[in-house]
Amino acid sequence: MNANGIGARVKRVEDKRFITGNGHYTDDMNRPGHVHAYFLRSPHAHARVKGITSSAATAMTGVHAVLTGDDLAADGIGPLPCGWMIHSKDGSPMKTPGHPCLAQGKVRYVGDPVAVIIADSLALAKQAAEVVEVDYEVLPAVVDLATAQSSATLLHDEAPRNTAFEWELGDKAATDAAFDGAHHVTRIELSNNRLVPNAMEPRAAVGEYDAGTDHFTLWTTSQNPHVARLVMSAFLNIAPEHKLRVIAPDVGGGFGSKIYVYPEETVCVWASKKVRRPVKWTSDRTEAFLSDAHGRDHLTTAELALDERGKMLGLRVKTLANVGGYMNLFASSVPTYLYATLLSGQYDIPAIYAEVDTVYTTTTPVDAYRGAGRPEATFVIERIVEVAAREMGIDPATLRKRNFIRKFPHQTPVIMAYDVGDYHASLNKAMDLADYKGFGKRKRESARRGKLRGIGISTYIEACGIAPSQAVGSLGAGVGLWESAEVRVNPVGTVEILTGSHSHGQGHETTFAQLVADRLGIPFENVSIVHGDTDKVQFGMGTYGSRSGAVGMSAISKALDKVVDKGKKIAAHLLEASEADIEFKDGNFTVSGTDKSIDWTSLALGAYVAHGFPPSEIEPGLKETSFYDPTNFTFPAGCHICEVEVDPETGVTEIANWVAVDDFGTIINPMIVEGQVHGGIAQGVGQALMEGTAYDSEGQLLSGSFMDYTMPRADNLPSFKVDTTVTECPSNPLGMKGCGEAGAIASPAAVINAITDALGHEDLAMPATAQAVWRAARKTSQRAAAE
Amino acid sequence: MPKVSMTVNGQAVSANVDPRTLLVEYLRENLRLTGTHVGCDTSQCGACVVHVNGKALKSCTMLAAQCEGASVTTIEGLANGDDLHPMQEAFREHHGLQCGFCTPGMIMAAVDLVNRLGKDVDENTIRHELEGNLCRCTGYHNIVKAISAGAQSMG
Repeated sequence: MNANGIGARVKRVEDKRFITGNGHYTDDMNRPGHVHAYFLRSPHAHARVKGITSSAATAMTGVHAVLTGDDLAADGIGPLPCGWMIHSKDGSPMKTPGHPCLAQGKVRYVGDPVAVIIADSLALAKQAAEVVEVDYEVLPAVVDLATAQSSATLLHDEAPRNTAFEWELGDKAATDAAFDGAHHVTRIELSNNRLVPNAMEPRAAVGEYDAGTDHFTLWTTSQNPHVARLVMSAFLNIAPEHKLRVIAPDVGGGFGSKIYVYPEETVCVWASKKVRRPVKWTSDRTEAFLSDAHGRDHLTTAELALDERGKMLGLRVKTLANVGGYMNLFASSVPTYLYATLLSGQYDIPAIYAEVDTVYTTTTPVDAYRGAGRPEATFVIERIVEVAAREMGIDPATLRKRNFIRKFPHQTPVIMAYDVGDYHASLNKAMDLADYKGFGKRKRESARRGKLRGIGISTYIEACGIAPSQAVGSLGAGVGLWESAEVRVNPVGTVEILTGSHSHGQGHETTFAQLVADRLGIPFENVSIVHGDTDKVQFGMGTYGSRSGAVGMSAISKALDKVVDKGKKIAAHLLEASEADIEFKDGNFTVSGTDKSIDWTSLALGAYVAHGFPPSEIEPGLKETSFYDPTNFTFPAGCHICEVEVDPETGVTEIANWVAVDDFGTIINPMIVEGQVHGGIAQGVGQALMEGTAYDSEGQLLSGSFMDYTMPRADNLPSFKVDTTVTECPSNPLGMKGCGEAGAIASPAAVINAITDALGHEDLAMPATAQAVWRAARKTSQRAAAE
Repeated sequence: MPKVSMTVNGQAVSANVDPRTLLVEYLRENLRLTGTHVGCDTSQCGACVVHVNGKALKSCTMLAAQCEGASVTTIEGLANGDDLHPMQEAFREHHGLQCGFCTPGMIMAAVDLVNRLGKDVDENTIRHELEGNLCRCTGYHNIVKAISAGAQSMG
């Protein structure tokens, strides 16, 4: 094996610049003569905008412009689209009224941008914003998800009952029949709490217009700069694609929140032409809380039908999903095809029926956040399995094993065809690592100290490697979800990989180079990875949904195959042999069975010198491209076990132990994969224990800063025991499944299963803060006293 | 605008600044030392931690004018030329960073905590001392490992 090849714990290439302060994030960009944008945002959750008077602001020296929704409309700049069409049960298309970048007629959440003030300095822009007068007619807020459909107030006239769509998946009749024949039915009600993604780098944008070439450039904090360019070009009418360059340089975390095209970035690039100066905007954290797309926010009722041995017969799920004030770019896909299609979990369930109503409220728009639909599905299935086991007096691990899928491929009743997996292997390994058998002893020891100890399992599955273009197209996606790669071999044999994936913490500059070094047998240091610039990389779909390994690296692999094939043709001429006799191994092209060979560097030079082969047969140069479209989703799966100790006097939950055993298929760099799992678990623990997004009844965000919204900190978390099992994915050339979201998907159910095990009852919602757990523990002691 | 003079990463600098200018703004905007980051507006995240007269401080909580005559070290001034500081090296060695945005503040806070508490600082203490620094990527697992190892190297 190449020492820096597939499977090696290679230290990251990108670290040097980050640990020395030499990263280049968007806010680090300073363009000559740039001016600053400040967005005046709605202080009301719901209001009609009757007029905007900006003359006092525009009269101030150093203020370049105050622009509003009317200016956008006058320039034909369109509303932000939703890229995934969902049809309701009755066949009608979803109701998605436009989402203007600056308010047109109404505002629909606190923070909805109303006007942009562009000035020489940010301080001046803020001062000018103070004298912009907006005449609001305040309307009632619609905040409560449970009652939004029956509210007398409509956010959008086009969406009756504030409902975007009423969708279903699965076989209702078969599922109802399964319940009719059930021995036991477990019913639970859950809320999946709204989260604020909070990547540490706030969003930022610099837009620049070159009048000489009529060309725009946008530097922005994006996970998918090509998609941003496509949307701005095809839907928003900013500029045609060949006149718009989008650069996403170093990006400080995304977690989904930087997938979308937002109003602010769009306005910066549009306004740069209007003021003829580069326009810079950087979100502060308060703006980020108000305007970054939030995640989750479901209310769900679920029922599980079982026979007398605990064999699952059917699952019925009804979910209300909050999309906030507008339907965001991929918001419609999250509570539907990324959610209900995973409700089968790791289990052989003959019948499933899910209904999802998606509802507008006067809150910040909701879209994909790490896991996107799959954490919500896992929380439903892993909570209800746990509760069913407790109700039926069956050990939760045993009930899971009785229902695990054993034969692959496995067609679930909810679209997905699982290709491969070994769920017993990951559960058994996790139980060993967690000393599941010794739990009773530890629980008694905790009890002696007045503490409540609990253990919780979560055996999750996700669908990653997003996604086969034809399949998602048939389900309503507006784009294909392939990935592109270009391999450029330089005449000296060094290699540049241009990828449509985007790295914002995942370490692609390292792992992608490992693949290339491994395949070509060249030094790891001789490979560089180029991404995040639409002028360099022709096209790409970006990074989300744990797709960059399974899809992005597969594209690289396919392009490398083409490079090697062409190399063999050239080598055949240079070595005066038949192409069929050329073997490529460890960086050398060799005539089979002889000692005649040419090394990689000489071959690369030969390809460009082009003296040794006929141009009628072979073109000079060595550069190949691939667009890889996956044939199936990938199905990472595994088992997380959380053990907690709850102090009933204070309600504080301490995570005493965490074991994760994940099956990601082939792993390129275990160090990086472990890091992804650690970070995912932390976000899931944050959801389970700390992170709660709260609005008051008037739609004001109460948890709008790091002083009010509890982020997991180092002293809230333990160190994690992370391990793997491996079944290689059969649908892509590398056998990879993806690892980016697993931790966030698995962990909330593990935590809540553990705490409810400790408490002895199920009455506990996320986030299980100390106060919530203290109240729940009082219920435990009251029940004990009553008995 | 008042004039302020200080030493940053060993170099004497001075400038006339708006009295409202925060130290972090002065470092990023005036000196173009963009390694120090701004991740919040409530002094909670620690992405902006620098050393002022040898002590870790959140540079969003100080005015540039308050640093008159002070010696400031930022992440750009931590290494000795091409030789990384042992804490920088430990973060790389133990994968203590992913997106890199919180990293400069983390490293500056880590160096300070080892300076105060010594090379044998334990995991619980490290976790408690990192309360003022947020990371959304790593789950802190490898940051804690890196600081333990970096502490030993610094000793």
